[in-house]
Amino acid sequence: MADAAMPLDKATATPVMEADNLTRHYQVSRGLFRQPAVVRALDGVSFTLQPRRTLAVVGESGCGKSTLARQLTLIEEPTSGVLKLDGRDVAHASSAERREARRRVQIVFQNPYASLNPRKKIGAILGEPLKINTTLSASEREEKVRAAMARVGLRPEHYNRYPHMFSGGQRQRIAIARALMLDPAVVVADEPVSALDVSIQAQVLNLMMDLQEELGMAYVFIAHDLSVVRHISDEVLVMYLGKPAEQGPKEVIFQRPLHPYTRALLGSMPRLEPGERAARAPLSGEIPSPLNPPPGCVFHTRCPFATPVCSGERPVMREVMGRRVACHHAERVAAS
Amino acid sequence: MSLLEIENLSVSFGTEAQPFRAVDRVSFAVDEGEVMGVVGESGSGKSVSALALMGLIDWPGRVKANRLSFAGQDLARLPRKAHRKLLGKDIAMIFQDPMTSLNPCFTVGFQIMETLRVHQGGSRTQRREQALSLLEQVGIPDPASRLRAFPHQLSGGMSQRVMIAIAIACNPRLLIADEPTTALDVTIQAQIMDLLRTLQRERRMGMILITHDLAVVAESCSRVVVMYAGQVVESGPVEAVFSAPRHPYTWALLNALPERSAGRQRLATIKGVVPGLFDRPTGCLLNPRCPNATDRCRRQEPPLAPVGVGQTRCFYPLDAAGRPTHG
Repeated sequence: MADAAMPLDKATATPVMEADNLTRHYQVSRGLFRQPAVVRALDGVSFTLQPRRTLAVVGESGCGKSTLARQLTLIEEPTSGVLKLDGRDVAHASSAERREARRRVQIVFQNPYASLNPRKKIGAILGEPLKINTTLSASEREEKVRAAMARVGLRPEHYNRYPHMFSGGQRQRIAIARALMLDPAVVVADEPVSALDVSIQAQVLNLMMDLQEELGMAYVFIAHDLSVVRHISDEVLVMYLGKPAEQGPKEVIFQRPLHPYTRALLGSMPRLEPGERAARAPLSGEIPSPLNPPPGCVFHTRCPFATPVCSGERPVMREVMGRRVACHHAERVAAS
Repeated sequence: MSLLEIENLSVSFGTEAQPFRAVDRVSFAVDEGEVMGVVGESGSGKSVSALALMGLIDWPGRVKANRLSFAGQDLARLPRKAHRKLLGKDIAMIFQDPMTSLNPCFTVGFQIMETLRVHQGGSRTQRREQALSLLEQVGIPDPASRLRAFPHQLSGGMSQRVMIAIAIACNPRLLIADEPTTALDVTIQAQIMDLLRTLQRERRMGMILITHDLAVVAESCSRVVVMYAGQVVESGPVEAVFSAPRHPYTWALLNALPERSAGRQRLATIKGVVPGLFDRPTGCLLNPRCPNATDRCRRQEPPLAPVGVGQTRCFYPLDAAGRPTHG
């Protein structure tokens, strides 16, 4: 996307997706005689997403990235909060409205070896969304499928092949083509390249960026590889244990992270260039159990900046130096 | 003398008439106290060569080598019993997926003490003491209670620490780490790599670090071997190979990383995929994917030849500026 076009885009376009305080809790049974426990898998996530922009969601396992993907794709209904698609709230809409809205949000899963039905040919896999959601005739569907295949770099003869005949990178291309069949406004990509080799990963990332430029959809890009995030995203949302830690424009966050967790994540990333390696202070300990999160700030058990206030009071998201951050000591982190 | 010397190690699967060479005449050496990286994409043969070293290749796989010498002994000609004694004691290995490499039916303590029992003997209480101190060394909090824990009660990072404890139990002289952090989260990955580096330095172990993550190699290793489709395509000191790669494959791998393309819109790619069983090209194995390939590359296989400070398997190795040296 050209730099000059960006402010214009921002001013004219309405957000295609908006989340406000999106929350999803799960009940976990602990046996017959005890009250079920509540896991706050996703707790208070807010963002706005413009067309042609990419929001990257970063965090370690158990941070709620995939739960967020399930809410955004309307697979599950959130416990509370607002999710707007094209300006309309769909979080608590009727099931007919939600079904209609699902066409606008599509997903690409992490593992291309598991997300394609091994018994169906590629043509049938790609034609299925059209068969279910549109009234196109069989020949019209085939035409659209062939166009989509060409767009993601598959050859026409692949139409009649089965998924096992493809390599991982090609399968991920098929998964991307399937996500694009209904011309969605938002594509949620849940770790789309983490199962791929470096050289194939580069091909798929390039393809995703080209498609965005051509078709103008927005991406929610869920990832744990920060160098990939830095390459592809416009906005970054860092999550820890279901809660947003820091959120803002990519350059702001990568240049000067203000949440101690973001800082630790960036510091833990192995670097190719000796000059870029930060003085590393690896985090001690591991991510606490979501069934029994620490009181106050959920990160205080591993945080080098923690003070008594952190274990007593839960920090709220606030605006600091051009980004939103949930930390009592963001200013102290900035100064250090 | 090197701690480990491998000369022309080949591992082939399939029938005698139509063998598939997963590892194709690989040679390298590891010195005492040295960390060597082996990088490559999936299917490049990096894990299989480590398994062959550990004697873990089963029928129908066949291992051949001109020399597999470890501390002056030739592993290939060692009687089976003596070989067995060496493995797990002087040469130890850590596997990729910690969650599946521990036995779910036994406690952590039992599995650590089993290694000690087989290779060292000693009384039960002695072994318990040793297991406790090992868990402490690998940074497991409250080791006494962890001895009684079963693998499913541990997180991925903790399981990998236990695997490391088992591997270093008998003071190995060579540690093979096969993708030790691939299954782990970024912050845990940093912890485990720090632990491995510290242990390696303290104990002066030789270490082979197998990984697909070039940045991990750049941070931890002194020398690196780059593998492609079972062959070594480039080897040399890490700084030299990463700052001025001589082989087009190494060059492409490095430039496909988002970290190398800061500010650029598109990533450099290598077209196509690693050749499999039925589409092995003749000549140089990279030729269908190489932008500089000529007829000579398609006919003839290039030897691994010294270029600069390292070795490269290419007729037209790149110069320091990344241009091919044709003609």
